[in-house]
Amino acid sequence: MRSVLFNHRTRFIALGLALCAQVAIAAPAARLGIEIPRLGVAEYHPPYVAAWIEGDGHRVAANLAVWYQLDHKGGEGEKWLKDLRQWWRRSGRGLEMPVDGLSGATRRPGQHTLVFSAEDNALSDLSPGDYQLVVEAAREVGGREVLRIDFQWPPQQAATLSARGERELGDITFELIP
Amino acid sequence: MTLLRNRLLLVLSLLAGFAPGLAQAHKFWLLPSSTVLSGEGDWVTVDAARSNDPFIFNHNRMGLDGLQIRAPDGRTVAPENLQEMEIRSVFDVQINQPGSWKIAVVDDGLFARYERNGESHRWRGTAAAFKSEVPADADKLRVSERISRAEVFVTSGAPSREALEPTGRGLELVPQTHFNDLYAGETARFTLLLDGKPASGVDVEIIPGGGRYRDALNSMKLRSGDKGLIEITWPRAGMYYLEASVSDQQTSSEAASQRRLTYVATLEVLPL
Repeated sequence: MRSVLFNHRTRFIALGLALCAQVAIAAPAARLGIEIPRLGVAEYHPPYVAAWIEGDGHRVAANLAVWYQLDHKGGEGEKWLKDLRQWWRRSGRGLEMPVDGLSGATRRPGQHTLVFSAEDNALSDLSPGDYQLVVEAAREVGGREVLRIDFQWPPQQAATLSARGERELGDITFELIP
Repeated sequence: MTLLRNRLLLVLSLLAGFAPGLAQAHKFWLLPSSTVLSGEGDWVTVDAARSNDPFIFNHNRMGLDGLQIRAPDGRTVAPENLQEMEIRSVFDVQINQPGSWKIAVVDDGLFARYERNGESHRWRGTAAAFKSEVPADADKLRVSERISRAEVFVTSGAPSREALEPTGRGLELVPQTHFNDLYAGETARFTLLLDGKPASGVDVEIIPGGGRYRDALNSMKLRSGDKGLIEITWPRAGMYYLEASVSDQQTSSEAASQRRLTYVATLEVLPL
């Protein structure tokens, strides 16, 4: 018993040290804000949304999120993933859905924030360079919209980049935390 | 009986628009409901027709005797709900395997014109049936071989290449750019093959669908280059009709002196 307790304690200490180390190094992080606009339409279905990071030649450097109808009967929600046309082409069609840490249910209109800490593979695997954040939305009985934001990684200074959608997306913000 | 049957075939082939010698043969084409799918087990329905205007049903159905559906694993799959109707044929395919599917209607046989007892006859059938059905002593016998293919491609999930392998017979198209990876404003590259070998110098015509709603045909004419290369920059999203045809003397049947080869693909170009 004693040794088990001891082990636990040492593990906690080790974890604490690791956290301190990361804070000290101040690895870069990012906060992605996605606004889903409230639309005055008779038949409204929350949009499918994908967010990802592209490098040179539209190579997908990281997938950040895919929101779609997860619980639809018999996996029918996946039938419409192809309507996120660019995401489907660049990444989705090669994935086995759902993907842990990526797939999520569709979200209602409003502001949604995703935080990517330094430990997230999405960011920690990014080699230094120029990238584009891409956010795509496609809505049943609605339209589709794609927004892109250029950024450099890792960020040299704190910055909040933004783009504004016109139909299926509202404000997209990408806050870079060096 | 043979005569009757030949007459019937003549009438049928005229009805089906198969009659050669007509100055303008009708185009033949397949029109799939979707070409890019996600999820599992979704269905695609495919129309098949003959007309002068791509994707407009205004002339005749396409016969589906030569329908071949190849699944991503290379297996042949049977269609569902096949129906040959008046001005179009239709069938469904359940896309129950991830990867790329090839759906083709292949017409591979002989066409004969001859006279007997002062009457002219036309006959169409397989090379095997030719000997027994066309009288050996027919006058003015002229036989040609015809191989035509109409193809569409459907991909569920990640594109694959196995089912798109050419058969090595007649005119065929193989992808450098995958057939289900075509986007407006981008340039696609394909290779045209004749009997499995690159075919250069072959005229290719590409016509965007929706011709009814514009004044110009907007057809793109190009010629296959070195090594059979075709390069197409898609002006906009939509369904496109691609046709190539050649004639030669490389017949596979001794009875035929001429060979007519036609290849048609319906390609869907998506918006970026």
